[in-house]
Amino acid sequence: MRIARISKKQEVVQDAEVDLSLLDELIEKYKSKKGNLIPLLQGTQDIFGYIPRGAFEKISKETGLKLSEIYGVATFYAQFRLNPVGKYIVKVCHGTACHVQNANEVTEALEEALKVKDGETTEDGLFTLESVACLGCCSLAPVMMIGDETYGKLDGKQAVKIVKNIRIKENN
Amino acid sequence: METPKVIVGLGSCGIAAGAAKVFDKIQALKKVENLDIELKKTSCIGMCYREPLVEIIDENGSYLYGDIDEERVIEVLDKHINQHNPVKEYIVKSDLVQTEDDTYNEDQVKIALRNCGYIDPEKIEEYEGRGGYRAIRMIAGQQMSRLDVIQSVLNSGLRGRGGGGFPTGLKWKFANNNKSDEKYIICNADEGDPGAFMDRSVLEGDPHAVLEGMIIGAYAIEATGGVIYCRAEYPLAIKRLNIAIEQARAKGYMGENILGIDGFNFDIYIKEGAGAFVCGEETALIASVEGQRGMPRKRPPFPASSGLWRKPTNINNVETLANIPWIIQHGAEDYRKYGTDKSRGTKVFALAGKIKRSGLVEVPMGMSIRDVIFKLGGGIKDNKEFKAVQMGGPSGGTIPAYLADTIVDYDSVNATGAIMGSGGMVVMDETTCMIDVAKFFLDFTQKESCGKCTFCRIGTKRMLEILTRITEGEGREGDIEKLEELSYQIKDNSLCGLGQTAPNPVLTTIKYFRDEYEAHIRDKKCPALVCKKLLTYEIDPEKCTGCTVCAKNCPTNCIEGERKEVHFIHQEECIKCGTCYSKCKFDAIKLS
Repeated sequence: MRIARISKKQEVVQDAEVDLSLLDELIEKYKSKKGNLIPLLQGTQDIFGYIPRGAFEKISKETGLKLSEIYGVATFYAQFRLNPVGKYIVKVCHGTACHVQNANEVTEALEEALKVKDGETTEDGLFTLESVACLGCCSLAPVMMIGDETYGKLDGKQAVKIVKNIRIKENN
Repeated sequence: METPKVIVGLGSCGIAAGAAKVFDKIQALKKVENLDIELKKTSCIGMCYREPLVEIIDENGSYLYGDIDEERVIEVLDKHINQHNPVKEYIVKSDLVQTEDDTYNEDQVKIALRNCGYIDPEKIEEYEGRGGYRAIRMIAGQQMSRLDVIQSVLNSGLRGRGGGGFPTGLKWKFANNNKSDEKYIICNADEGDPGAFMDRSVLEGDPHAVLEGMIIGAYAIEATGGVIYCRAEYPLAIKRLNIAIEQARAKGYMGENILGIDGFNFDIYIKEGAGAFVCGEETALIASVEGQRGMPRKRPPFPASSGLWRKPTNINNVETLANIPWIIQHGAEDYRKYGTDKSRGTKVFALAGKIKRSGLVEVPMGMSIRDVIFKLGGGIKDNKEFKAVQMGGPSGGTIPAYLADTIVDYDSVNATGAIMGSGGMVVMDETTCMIDVAKFFLDFTQKESCGKCTFCRIGTKRMLEILTRITEGEGREGDIEKLEELSYQIKDNSLCGLGQTAPNPVLTTIKYFRDEYEAHIRDKKCPALVCKKLLTYEIDPEKCTGCTVCAKNCPTNCIEGERKEVHFIHQEECIKCGTCYSKCKFDAIKLS
């Protein structure tokens, strides 16, 4: 049920740090054309990494779209996030090919190593762990993607090693 | 002597396997060692299991090298280019050398994939060089009427490659019959089936073929606007489509009075999807393009009479459109030569899962599943036993090994309870648990259900709960019957294809693997040793070194043993979490 995506507890986030004026250009570009709510939200997410509450309100005010309508669209599509994310988004593929080749092991190992559950962000704000439907690299299953880099033919141990290496690099 | 060409396959799979690094390496070598080569890019070559792939074309012919990394490329370039001595052991395909991989390519007929791996998708000249945009030029030059074009597509017998199998020509005819000042043609590139990547490869490898197909379709139905609805998860496809659209506009294949056809004005833009499987359904897709929640609506009215912005709209899949220019150019008769009576032409399949050679193949309809998996696909990984193949993704079903002689055409595959779908073939071996697979798909459809129809929204959830219970050893007598009953109710009471087909993975696994369900429910055993809660963990005294790692990590402290002595698991306290199994470095934990 898509409704499950809404009923998840939302964290209260301070929007004060978010500079909403970054949205002006985007709203200007899209507001007059019909049917452009999705690109508008995609653009917003590109700027902030997620869609802050303040952005919803601003978009609603300036485009005349109802807040409920915008929120409805944002919660319908898997792409949109309502919470801030880590610097690196670790996307573990759970497509069919990856599933039959033990993608669960990869997710479980990462959950343990990063001490987060699927969909959560690590305390240091470095990683967000996500399960995705299919990255389309089925011949390399199981696969995960961090940033633009895709890693294939993984098992739990290798996945953890990759993430640990990134953390070491970041801490130096 | 002509300069040898070195071509690197830079599709998403190739890049993920390291092809971009290989490309950079070649570029560096070319500069440093002053190599006399022409370095070029192409996209998916189809032999994904051998990525990264590098092709060298010299005066003798073409040599395709597989499994090339940054090290091997040095050796290959040195021997092949400098010493004129091709490195046989890495060659996977060549007109001049026989390889063990030849069976992968021999029986393929490439129509939709005709240019994939042969052209640089970012260069319109290369597409034109291989006959591209000739079909639309033919239409303009010979003044083919709209009805002629539609008749040609009808005669070819082409059916929708997105999975539905509706005759494309008929669809165009309906859209053509509805007169309006505005009409739309939409390319459905929302390839949501997890485990399928045909459309992505076509878009990345030959975007102009899809554009030309759309332009021809637009001419046939008098469309004024075109939309490509593409998954946002395919950034490379979107990038290459954008380049292709710019180039096609600049060359006058899009715009006003296209190629001198009076009044033929048409342009295409891309709409990125935002991640919703249900948007593969026509009316949901239209709602999404309009910027709303992607929920399907009741039909009729069908999109052909009232679609995008309530105007007549025609929606075709990527592969369908890629076939169109070929059909116009070569004629319907040539296309009809391939395939079976009711399913003409070829079909692209994405082979994945526990198969030796996973990748993209295009075969004439009518080939047996056995030939696709064993001849082309090379059989099962690690020589395990072939158990089943899943076709059609979450809407499809599982075809067991004993039906492997089923031929691939729409009607034969439907008869098994699976569907042709968009062309994903996920191969499973003896270590795949069928209930786990059914659960996997139900989990997917349950999450992706838009929630509009009660049976789809709640029914899939209830089914998932039952399947979860079964895999956790809590299955009860009557569960199978309840699953079947729910399945039929969901099928009968859902508005769109998602709900109507969501129970298929469960129904087919019950039909063909009922004994496995019974083993889970009655004997509390998982024959494939997948369902963790049904396994018994024991320590192999031969292999245990007494390192104490398992005992230290056991959350219930049920593993006993002194350092350097064989350990022992107290079964009554074991919660079957599998920690000891994953922590043991000596493979000493046995599953049964």
